[in-house]
Amino acid sequence: METKAVNRPMRKKDAMALVTGQPVYTDDLAPKECLIVKLLRSPHPHALVEEIDISKALKVAGVEAVFTYKDVPDIRFTNAGQTYPEASPYDRLILDRRVRYVGDPVAIIAAETEEAAERAMRLIKVKYEVLEPVLDPRTAKDGPILVHPEDNWQSLCPVGADNKRNLCSSEASEGGDVEKAFAESDVVIERTYHTKANQQAMMETFRTYAYTDIYGRLTVVSATQITFHVRRIVATALGIPKSKVRVIKPRIGGGFGAKQTAVSEVYPAFVTYKTGKPSKIVFTREEAQTASSPRHEMYLDVKIGAMKNGKIKAIELHTLSNTGAYGEHGPTTVGLSGHKAIPIYSKAEAFRFTADVVYTNVMAAGAYRGYGATQGIFAIESAIDELSHILNIDPALLREMNITREGDFMPAYYGETANSCALDRCLARVKEMIGWESKYPRRIMENGNIRAVGLALALQGSCISGLDVASVAIKVNDDGFYSLMIGASDMGTGCDTILAQMAADCLLCEPENIVVYGVDTDVSPYDSGSYASSTTYITGNAVVKTCASLIEKIKEYGAKKMGCNPKEVDFDGKRVYKTATDESITLKDLANFAMNFSDTALYASEMHTSPVSPPPYMAGAVEIELDRETGKIEVINYKACVDCGTVINPNLARVQTEGGIAQGIGMALYEDISYNKAGVMRNNSFMQYKLPTRQDIGTVEVTFESSYEPTGPFGAKSIGEIVINTPSPAIANALDNAVGVRIRELPLSPEKVYMEMIKNED
Amino acid sequence: MLRFKNHIFPGSLEEAYELNQKRSNKIVGGNGWLRLGSKQCVSIIDLSNLGLDGIEEKDDEFIIGAMTTLRELELNKGFNEYTGGAAKEAVRHIVGVQFRNCVTLGGSIYGRFGFSDVLTLFLALDSYVEMYKGGVIPISEFAKMKYDNDILVNIRVKKADIKTVYTSFRNQSTDFPVLTCAISLGSNIKTAIGARPARADVVEGEIPKDMEKYAIETAKSFTYGSNIRGSAEYREQIAYVLIKRSLSKLI
Amino acid sequence: MEIKLWINGKLINDDVSPDTPLLEYLRSKGCYSVKRGCETSNCGLCTVWLEDKPTLSCTVPLMRANNKHITTLEGLKSDAEELGGFLADEGADQCGFCNPGFLMNVLAMAKELEDPTEDEINEYLTGNLCRCTGYTGQLRAVKKYLEHKRKGG
Repeated sequence: METKAVNRPMRKKDAMALVTGQPVYTDDLAPKECLIVKLLRSPHPHALVEEIDISKALKVAGVEAVFTYKDVPDIRFTNAGQTYPEASPYDRLILDRRVRYVGDPVAIIAAETEEAAERAMRLIKVKYEVLEPVLDPRTAKDGPILVHPEDNWQSLCPVGADNKRNLCSSEASEGGDVEKAFAESDVVIERTYHTKANQQAMMETFRTYAYTDIYGRLTVVSATQITFHVRRIVATALGIPKSKVRVIKPRIGGGFGAKQTAVSEVYPAFVTYKTGKPSKIVFTREEAQTASSPRHEMYLDVKIGAMKNGKIKAIELHTLSNTGAYGEHGPTTVGLSGHKAIPIYSKAEAFRFTADVVYTNVMAAGAYRGYGATQGIFAIESAIDELSHILNIDPALLREMNITREGDFMPAYYGETANSCALDRCLARVKEMIGWESKYPRRIMENGNIRAVGLALALQGSCISGLDVASVAIKVNDDGFYSLMIGASDMGTGCDTILAQMAADCLLCEPENIVVYGVDTDVSPYDSGSYASSTTYITGNAVVKTCASLIEKIKEYGAKKMGCNPKEVDFDGKRVYKTATDESITLKDLANFAMNFSDTALYASEMHTSPVSPPPYMAGAVEIELDRETGKIEVINYKACVDCGTVINPNLARVQTEGGIAQGIGMALYEDISYNKAGVMRNNSFMQYKLPTRQDIGTVEVTFESSYEPTGPFGAKSIGEIVINTPSPAIANALDNAVGVRIRELPLSPEKVYMEMIKNED
Repeated sequence: MLRFKNHIFPGSLEEAYELNQKRSNKIVGGNGWLRLGSKQCVSIIDLSNLGLDGIEEKDDEFIIGAMTTLRELELNKGFNEYTGGAAKEAVRHIVGVQFRNCVTLGGSIYGRFGFSDVLTLFLALDSYVEMYKGGVIPISEFAKMKYDNDILVNIRVKKADIKTVYTSFRNQSTDFPVLTCAISLGSNIKTAIGARPARADVVEGEIPKDMEKYAIETAKSFTYGSNIRGSAEYREQIAYVLIKRSLSKLI
Repeated sequence: MEIKLWINGKLINDDVSPDTPLLEYLRSKGCYSVKRGCETSNCGLCTVWLEDKPTLSCTVPLMRANNKHITTLEGLKSDAEELGGFLADEGADQCGFCNPGFLMNVLAMAKELEDPTEDEINEYLTGNLCRCTGYTGQLRAVKKYLEHKRKGG
């Protein structure tokens, strides 16, 4: 198919509104009379509320209501934005007597002003029975302290969960004869890696407002990636019919997975439900840092067996994942640590993947770009380099020998076949871009610093296969412009635009002729949501299908108007014409006829789902400069090459990649959620949790090596998540190449590097 | 967040001083740090209308008003010429231009924050703090004093035939420093080390012959503590490295 | 307390509570481009001009703006469209939440620095955090905008 819009750089449809600062975000739109909702949070990592006295708080002028655990329904639910029945356990109440981390809400305060709400908060007296917390995930499973001892805890899916063992889930899978493959290997290495929780730190924190509409229904407007799931979550939490809830997503100031959990929604929803008044909550940055949905901390035990010639025989991974106080995305993220890392090397004869996900008394984890794959890939891609040094084989060469290539069967990737795969070309390209042959492994600079290179590979998925769905609707309006209605949430990534680009090529028109409407559960067709890298692939396919059936309808209507058989006509985007005589009727006329004494709706809607999740692939190569006296790593150059299938919008794909790499650099070098001994998180602000600035990322260069995915729209696969996966292992590998120091725990802070260097010298 | 009822702009230092004798009142500099606490006060006292901004260069000294912003310090030609660019180097890593347009030198110095870049710099220079009641005090002495209710009016830097180098070490480019180091070299050598993470301190001595030895011994002569940015042990290593590197630029 | 100030050239006399940060006051006056991203002066999202100097409006107590001129992106419509167009052309607007503060600082830089190098650009703008773009696309846009201005655009 010839493309005019697809594979072209095009401004995002909302770009000019965004760059000129128009009021398009949740808090810009909230009614001024909203009650301000604030949460009193637990100062203890584990405690029971013995007494709570709100009488003084209620007397503060302007305070509308204060709610405690006594006021909320005793219905457990999950905040995870996942398709029902959710894999994440139903382990939450809106407010619970048992508080499970420092920051767990104890009371909801609603007041006319922020000041009144804050004053009321200070006047609530809580007496806690302080309990011993479990803070180390390595001691959680079958330990003496239970995070969720309650009897109405519930796991809806067979994910190996058991609250009486602190287990949020556990799993095991393998392929081939693992023991035999290890026994036959010349070399077997076993290493343990540790990745920390990271905050998505999108610039717009969690925020939601709620009001009652003219039909008496609860309307929730929220910065969310999961508009439809929020409807279910809010209805479940409040114990009201889903028909009573409407959810609207305006523009969102970034998500990266954070907003795939309903972190803020239930609080104003509950307040408005109880008071009948509009209310809003805007999380402070401190709340967004300490009581939200960060990446799961993981311990990863890797075992790799290989022959002396570099042939990898077997890969085994055991992951211990820390889901914290609640299980959002716990059972699902962990799977990706194995199933999206091991298949980079599908030529191995055998694999085994086992995992436990445990509860602890720290902030609950959630979904963060990469969703477990990031952690698994750090471990596997670090171990591959460690293996290459033992085998004395160039790590790039070792990868070339073992990577998955187009047509390969991938046993660890749910038994799928790599029908589109340019990983080999991506690897070759980044080697060339970074100058691997001349720069590997290191060179010493005049000032004594060392420049070294390192690389890493990655894959991800393009949806949750056999689960994710997207429906799309398109209608023809006056004069023939189209409305494209989607249920996927554009979170700044540009899906509204790239879906319009696809529709434009299908409908043979300009993208400007298509208007896109943001998500509203009352209006938009159902979509499971913007996560799991599924929008381009799943919603994109739904667009293609919908366009095809709309064109049939346009042709039928055109034929009817011209008094002929639909088989005799075709559509060229502007008109329906008889193929034999070229007699035609314009789309404009058809569209207007359809609104006047017509029995035909020029409207189509189709749904898509996929039994497969074709992986995008990526290679990243970094050049670092290491200060040997301080241990400080500076990123000089980062080169990346991505195979996301057909690139729908090169500008947006490039910026996605550059942004993912910068986040990955932050994760690799300094982003480090940590707790003191009392279970208090130490990184509660941007002062104590440093994101990379524009001075910290070096020169990033991105290219694409496209394969063509036969099941993708226009041959496309995903891009959104894979891009964060390579920096951590690439930088750790570069460090090893620089000074022979291997650090297996992120981040690679200067002190950690320096202390390891000293240890090596001893 | 800092809550207060009145924002007062006194017309004289005496008036400001009187107001500042009440515990419920606070002097606000650039408001970069004060507001981060959950303090409640009745009034904030603002010195903006007292002409305390700006850098005055005289034959023998610089007089830098308490309300001079860090950005002004960064861009001031005369002072940067005198310090060989150390003034700019001491502030350019602090958050960003917009922040440095807000926060004041007086606030930074009066606060005597452990993480302070500028306190480290001024300790290496022949600097004095002029207090409204307390008079002119050498900054090294001021750095050790307890907080009181006096008002910092300006900072005076006596000109001398010295060369100055400022360096800092940060885990991330605009983070608080892991360690700061300012050295000035004239007839003798002054080395100030800050972000230890305690308040900066300074040692003065004869110009050493063996630079390596000086770096090791001087780094050892300070005490260090640990926080999330680095351990005491690591800080001492960084102090050694920064001293050594500064010396190589100076000599 | 009584305040008099100019927001985007428009004189306002008002009675205000002095512990309101300038940021919240500006939003209450309809300047929704001014965003809050943190409470610790670290993100740059709330950047406005206070008498032409880029300033963090979260850090400025309201009475400091008394008798002063404040400029927000609402007051720089044509500049915003011109510079913003370069961002849009790179796809570097992304979620857009940091854009207004970023634009305010780029426009201030364009007035203050003559022909800045890439390092000078990055240093001037480093107080503007962005989590979407990784900054690289923003840098491309800024360089193209400055080049366009140099050529008299």
